[in-house]
Amino acid sequence: MTDQQTYQITRRTAAEYDPEVRARLERDAKEIIARYPKPRSALLPMLHLVQSVDGHITQAGIDFCAEMLDITSAQVTGVATFYTQYKKAPVGEYHVGVCINTLCAVMGGDQIWEELSAHVGVGHDEATEDGKVSLERIECNAACDFAPVMTVNWEFFDNMTPEKAKELVDDLRAGKQVLPSRGPGRLCTWKEASRVLAGFPDGLAHEGVQAGPESLRGLELARERGWTAPSADADHEQSHEPVQAGEVSDPPPNEPGKPIGGDVKPGSQEGRNQ
Amino acid sequence: MTTLTPVLTKTWDQPDSFTLAGYEREGGYRTLRRALDMEPDDIVQTVKDSGLRGRGGAGFPTGMKWGFLPPDSPNPRYLVVNADESEPGTCKDIPLMMANPHVLVEGVIISSYAIRSNHAFIYVRGEVLHVIRRLQAAVAEAYEAGYLGKDILGSGYDLELVVHTGAGAYICGEETALLDSLEGYRGQPRLKPPFPAVAGLYGGPTVINNVESIASVPSIVENGADWFTSMGTEKSAGFGIFSLSGHVTRPGQYEAPLGITLRELLDMAGGIRAGHRLKFWTPGGSSTPIFTDEHLDVPLDFESVGAAGSMLGTRALQIFDETVCVVRAVLRWSEFYAHESCGKCTPCREGTYWYKQMLKRLEAGQGSEEDLETLLDLSDNILGRSFCALGDGATSPVVSSIKLFRDEYVQHFERGRCPFDPAESTLWAGA
Repeated sequence: MTDQQTYQITRRTAAEYDPEVRARLERDAKEIIARYPKPRSALLPMLHLVQSVDGHITQAGIDFCAEMLDITSAQVTGVATFYTQYKKAPVGEYHVGVCINTLCAVMGGDQIWEELSAHVGVGHDEATEDGKVSLERIECNAACDFAPVMTVNWEFFDNMTPEKAKELVDDLRAGKQVLPSRGPGRLCTWKEASRVLAGFPDGLAHEGVQAGPESLRGLELARERGWTAPSADADHEQSHEPVQAGEVSDPPPNEPGKPIGGDVKPGSQEGRNQ
Repeated sequence: MTTLTPVLTKTWDQPDSFTLAGYEREGGYRTLRRALDMEPDDIVQTVKDSGLRGRGGAGFPTGMKWGFLPPDSPNPRYLVVNADESEPGTCKDIPLMMANPHVLVEGVIISSYAIRSNHAFIYVRGEVLHVIRRLQAAVAEAYEAGYLGKDILGSGYDLELVVHTGAGAYICGEETALLDSLEGYRGQPRLKPPFPAVAGLYGGPTVINNVESIASVPSIVENGADWFTSMGTEKSAGFGIFSLSGHVTRPGQYEAPLGITLRELLDMAGGIRAGHRLKFWTPGGSSTPIFTDEHLDVPLDFESVGAAGSMLGTRALQIFDETVCVVRAVLRWSEFYAHESCGKCTPCREGTYWYKQMLKRLEAGQGSEEDLETLLDLSDNILGRSFCALGDGATSPVVSSIKLFRDEYVQHFERGRCPFDPAESTLWAGA
């Protein structure tokens, strides 16, 4: 976010939707706004909503959000440019993420990225000319036990290799059916995914596995060895006094005029979590 | 020997574990009925007595956090669940919500009732589409069944629950940045005090808890505080999900009492991948100082990990073997912090930028001894001087790696290149 990126939002001469699209957007936006005690809370889902129509954040989308929430377009732009899921330029119908945070990178994410990017011929946050596929170097996506991890339109593709990654993208470009490791029985488009993020379910929640194999490893071992949590009525040997406020040192309260983090000796880990 | 204690993960092998029917078959929502007959304060007391500490990293006692709400504020109270799981290495809440979203929903209802809130939110990160679907569906099913909405199960208690999707910003895992984001602003941390308990969402008294903390509430209310404290250690009670990733034979989720050691967990997970040995690991995500094989027997509870110089964090055990260059690992984490710094405060914004520049040079073998001193000096100027814990966290890998692996940094500039071959670390190395 503090990267030296300049977000150039494409300015349309008439930042307006055609009446039919506009009417649909208004209906959806009002539904979103009604979920919250205060209207402005609707802004993030509404940006996902306009992205579900335009594919990225356009001036029309910004102006629409501003008008619906009675704030300025500059205020909406300030929010839209802060979050990486809001795209400044069109992405592909299938937006492909490769996790390059440390663990996935080490497990092969870096090699996947290099080979895939060369294979497709596009770089970070760039789309192919046919508009089918775009690539992004993504940060940790909370699936580290499945490393190296990729995503397509925010669905999980686990335990990837450079070969599987290239095949995946080739299949997407060829219009072949591609299935996520932990996701529904069909891959939705970027715009369809954005609509779910805006809070409009697509009815696919019941499809796909409940858990990946890695998620079950501890449970399976416990079953195999007969390990369980203690039963509720068992006699408990230990009887502890609950932890008291004074015994907990983290997180230290921030006090005005004092270093945030409390009286921590700078540069040391002292005073934290002792 | 410590053994695993599946509670939250217990139903994950049932194909319909995420549905209302699957959850109720295993006794789901039974505790809710009991809880609605209890006095709210008694539930708060049970959670206090259980010693449950926040599972999102900081480890603050959950019941005590609830107790900080002012009794007489005129503003509505809110419960906000932090489901923005983004700390590198952390991967427990996402599988939990995919496999068993109803235990979170039931936890939200019981917790909201306990703190007398009528409006709750689950703030889930936006990059996990199928998890978001599962949450949306679970909440819809709960409304349908009369567990949410007006007059829940005839108790007279009302609760609205909204699933709110973020849009890609690690900083929104910081609780006050999360609140700003939920209010429709850029996710930047707020100055504390006032703490969210006093002035949080829309200025109202607000409790913000991690997914796993709230999901632990139904079992605590059902089985009692003594049951919970019969697991774990004296000051780190109960169970938690330990996430093993990286160079281990069977990476995955292992639910165990707090205080289990990495040695025990590695035994369960088949050890370090064949033919290799442990080099370094994180006990609780990238923001916790790294450990080495000297720390295999440190009990993984808040106190013991702290005393050994790191933090329990989110129990995100990222395991790296001897093929991994520690400088490369730290550079990549630093690039992450620089990317995710919200820009509000100078120490973090500028500090993480310079981390990135210097570590790039060091990794390429073009640094110097002086760079290491500069990195440590820079860390002095970030830790304790940043606006929130993101900046503090960014210093952890840098400072701990220089302390533990200074020789490896030196090798880089002495040889003029990185002495490691990244190909040897990959999942397919040697295949």
